[in-house]
Amino acid sequence: MSDTKIIDARNTFCPGPLMELITHMKQASVGDTLELLSTDQGTATDVPEWINKVGHEMVSSEKIGEDWHIKVRKTK
Amino acid sequence: MRILVVGGGTGGTIVANSIARRLSSEIKAGKAKVTMLSASDRHMYQPGLLYVAFGQMMPDELYRDQASLLETSIGFHVDPVVDFQLDRNQVKTAGGKIHQYDILVIATGSRIVPDETPGLAEGAETFYTEAGAIRMFKSLREFQCGKVGIVVGVPHKCPIAPVEVTFSLHDYFKARGIRDKVHMKYHYPINRIHSIENVAKWAKPEFDRMGIEYETLFNVSEVDVKNKVVKSEEGTEYKYDLLISIPAHRGMEVIEKNELGPGGWIPTDRHTLTMEGHDNVYVLGDTTNLPVSKTGSAAHFEADVVAENVSSIVKIGAPVTEYDGKVYCFIEAGHDRATYAMFNYQNPPDLKPPSKPMHWFKMSYNKMYWTSVRGLL
Repeated sequence: MSDTKIIDARNTFCPGPLMELITHMKQASVGDTLELLSTDQGTATDVPEWINKVGHEMVSSEKIGEDWHIKVRKTK
Repeated sequence: MRILVVGGGTGGTIVANSIARRLSSEIKAGKAKVTMLSASDRHMYQPGLLYVAFGQMMPDELYRDQASLLETSIGFHVDPVVDFQLDRNQVKTAGGKIHQYDILVIATGSRIVPDETPGLAEGAETFYTEAGAIRMFKSLREFQCGKVGIVVGVPHKCPIAPVEVTFSLHDYFKARGIRDKVHMKYHYPINRIHSIENVAKWAKPEFDRMGIEYETLFNVSEVDVKNKVVKSEEGTEYKYDLLISIPAHRGMEVIEKNELGPGGWIPTDRHTLTMEGHDNVYVLGDTTNLPVSKTGSAAHFEADVVAENVSSIVKIGAPVTEYDGKVYCFIEAGHDRATYAMFNYQNPPDLKPPSKPMHWFKMSYNKMYWTSVRGLL
């Protein structure tokens, strides 16, 4: 199992958290876990919607303080 | 103090000129030296490629001799770096020369990688290179009717480009009197039509008004060139007659080969703009891994910060300012109207309605760029 790769997309508006996640997902290997940090409220719904549609795996999603911590795993 | 700038694009040129002017006394006194290493003796104004694709600018308007843009005190060499030896504070060039430095600025930029998506380079038009923009213009000229698809790679340079080219296509077909014979469909990787929420909110009703269809959560997986079908990782597809691509990009090969950062993006502190683990190495523009727009504008504002800090380090031994994430992007809303998006790490853009004066300002800026890149504007 690979280490979790942290993607810090807090306090950014462009390209934004989901675009950052897609960028890093392309660089990752199958089986890698990525943890997205975001202060954008929409991330909590945007990421699961994309993950479900594209077929990767949601691992967890929680809000700690002002930051969303969303873990996903690349499956293909 | 030896200051070495690697890369002669927008960021590298502005930072080198600004440092050279701020340190003119120190350079004259032999206490500071600014050197630039670049892969090319020409400098391209990349945003102009969009206008080339619509026949509004000629390619030769996009170029100047790099040396003509630089302060005369800068030592300029067309000799790209092939080996970054950061532990020894030196680089080695393609010509075999070693350049030592006290402060290094890396601004090597990025490159488009359409070949990484099967069929995309062959099947889609793009305007991200001179040859591509000319080819796209010729394809548009020949196009009479049918389905036009716009697709967007991730990550891509200039996040505003997808909506700009879409609005421009609408106006172009309208001006030719064939808009009613053209079906346009815009495809975007995330679940709204632009990454900036306020841009998405503004562009969506514009698309509706112009009759432009859109599909979100569409990440291109491949282009079936023979059957003219573009497919997404999400499992959908679009049959096109003409496909326009905003291609994905990566950092330069030399960054990847030297293992300075995955994808060719160097891990960079978002405020100090120093390379992680190397306080005497600054990174700016497309070369960083920062979650900010890869645009000339970001490179410009980052260059201002780096120049101020490098100069203050020479003068008082410490940096004095930080980058706040500032970006200012013109947004062409067609061929005669424009608006802009200005934002930083803390404040999202507040979009104003597009206007003709803002379009004229953008057209003027296309000329003023040459003053800007000299660090004078």
